[in-house]
Amino acid sequence: MMSAILDRNMTFGAGRERPAAAETSTAPVARSAPPSARSGGAPPPDPGLWGRRMRHAATVVLPPVIVTAIFLFLWEMMTSSQGAVLPGPSQVITDTWELIVNPFYDHGGNDVGMAWQLLASLERVAYGYALAVVAGIGLGVLVGQSTWAMRGLDPLFQVLRTVPPLAWLPISLAAFQASNPSAIFVIFITAIWPIIINTSVGIRNISQDYVNVARVLRLNGFEYFTKIMLPAAAPYVFSGLRIGIGLAWLAIVAAEMLIGGVGIGFFIWDAWNASMLSDIVLALVYVGLVGFFLDRLVAIVGNWVTRGTQAG
Amino acid sequence: MTSYLSIEHVHKTFGEGPTASEVLRDVDLHVDRGEFISIIGHSGCGKSTVLNIVAGLLETSTGAVILDGKEVSKPGPDRSVVFQNHSLLPWLTVRDNVALAVDKTFKGTKSAAERREWILQTLDMVGMSHALDKRPDEISGGMKQRVGIARALAMEPKVLLMDEPFGALDALTRAHLQDEVMRIQSELGNTVLMVTHDVDEAVLLSDRIVMMTNGPAATIGEILEIDLPKPRERLVMADNAQYNHYRAEVLRFLHERHKNPESEAA
Ligand SMILES: Nc1ncnc2c1ncn2[C@@H]1O[C@H](COP(=O)(O)OP(=O)(O)OP(=O)(O)O)[C@@H](O)[C@H]1O
Ligand SMILES: [Mg+2]
Repeated sequence: MMSAILDRNMTFGAGRERPAAAETSTAPVARSAPPSARSGGAPPPDPGLWGRRMRHAATVVLPPVIVTAIFLFLWEMMTSSQGAVLPGPSQVITDTWELIVNPFYDHGGNDVGMAWQLLASLERVAYGYALAVVAGIGLGVLVGQSTWAMRGLDPLFQVLRTVPPLAWLPISLAAFQASNPSAIFVIFITAIWPIIINTSVGIRNISQDYVNVARVLRLNGFEYFTKIMLPAAAPYVFSGLRIGIGLAWLAIVAAEMLIGGVGIGFFIWDAWNASMLSDIVLALVYVGLVGFFLDRLVAIVGNWVTRGTQAG
Repeated sequence: MTSYLSIEHVHKTFGEGPTASEVLRDVDLHVDRGEFISIIGHSGCGKSTVLNIVAGLLETSTGAVILDGKEVSKPGPDRSVVFQNHSLLPWLTVRDNVALAVDKTFKGTKSAAERREWILQTLDMVGMSHALDKRPDEISGGMKQRVGIARALAMEPKVLLMDEPFGALDALTRAHLQDEVMRIQSELGNTVLMVTHDVDEAVLLSDRIVMMTNGPAATIGEILEIDLPKPRERLVMADNAQYNHYRAEVLRFLHERHKNPESEAA
């Protein structure tokens, strides 16, 4: 959608060069070969393909690059003055160069490379999230299927889901008596609510048509679950899974700050205590990138699994 | 004498209290084994409701449906349905949509290879073997309907319930599938209940045409017996005086006695 709009603007923007292009190109190619391709000097072997690449670069790659450059520039400007307390981008890179180029060093204890820190956090998230997926889909199916279960459980869910993730930490520390399971529990309890709620909505929204088909074919409970319910609810389930992974990654950093050990959250806390602001900035960049990739990963899996289910 | 399929004084009201709407009032119909019945009536009068009650997808408010001596309370292996909106499962391919029905129906009686062969055969019959691995959103509305027909026929039901099965088809495909349904029905002797809006289709295929009055509280207005020898050839029928008389009868019912309320208002 977005890129389609940009595409169109692009064409309008290049309009002034159009007459020349129309003159020299044969009719069918005229549309696919933007004028900019031929104003660039030596004509490439396939102007259509080359033009598309150029346009792709201009519409998809260029805007984020430009905006990021402006952002970095402003950041650098604002932090380069005399009394600035925060490091600028160049400062961050010089300060953390060792960390950037050696992501896998291991000096024992907490003193390990950024990659290990992130992997430790990802491992906790993986455990907590996997549990949340299984339990969340299970409970979501129950609440979606049974009106009684919905009436009973929904108020409870609605209250519990508003509890901030970190508020669970003391309770789970007391219950598990160990930091790692507590962090995993916090991830679990943070990620599970959107999964439950979206799954149950998906189940409730299964079209009566599909239910009728299942009844005429006399599918049993298990067949109904696998052949109708899961695929029909999959788009909803995956939007829950996607919200869930985002929340899980949000919560892990905060939880790890409190429990210590290896992990990107404690790394940030540690850096703060040592007043190494550049390390914190680097960690934030990594946290953001990992979060982005987790989100994309779930989205891609979701698109792949739910292909075809959107249209009736 | 008891008939094979009896719809006995069926009333159907949707909802309760002030929002209740009475859709069917005292629908009473007796169908013999192997009979082909068409149900015709204006849009919204309750044709699909009748069909769904016989399918066991809806409960009656009062009255009952008796099939082969047993009261219908839920869908059974003896009935299959061609849904008005085709109702294919969008996440399954054309082949898998039919396979779901075939595997379920013939689990104990046909081997896996036989079932696979049978799936191909039924899809071939509706002219869909070129799109076996397409998903429903990749084929046209008429094609979806054909797959829906194949799915229902593949179950070899004793009673075939069809809700406007040929609605979205072009004239040629429609004629072809009508012929197929006639052939299958005479071969297997299924009892068929078909909802249609098409007068020609009703007269060509049916033993009897059930004409429903307008809703709300619709009921059976007239039943027209079609006394034409089978098999019927559509081209021969076009010049048959008797056929044209039946056709006129149905049209007269629809147009004169039970005008469409919408067209009256317009
Ligand atoms: N589940 C339901 N709840 C409430 N009202 C319903 C329900 N199903 C059908 N109706 C109502 O019953 C009436 C008959 O519906 P039905 O679908 O049987 O009509 P139809 O004769 O099949 O119409 P069409 O020719 O347009 O398919 C309609 O007024 C409809 O609004
Ligand atoms: Mg209908």
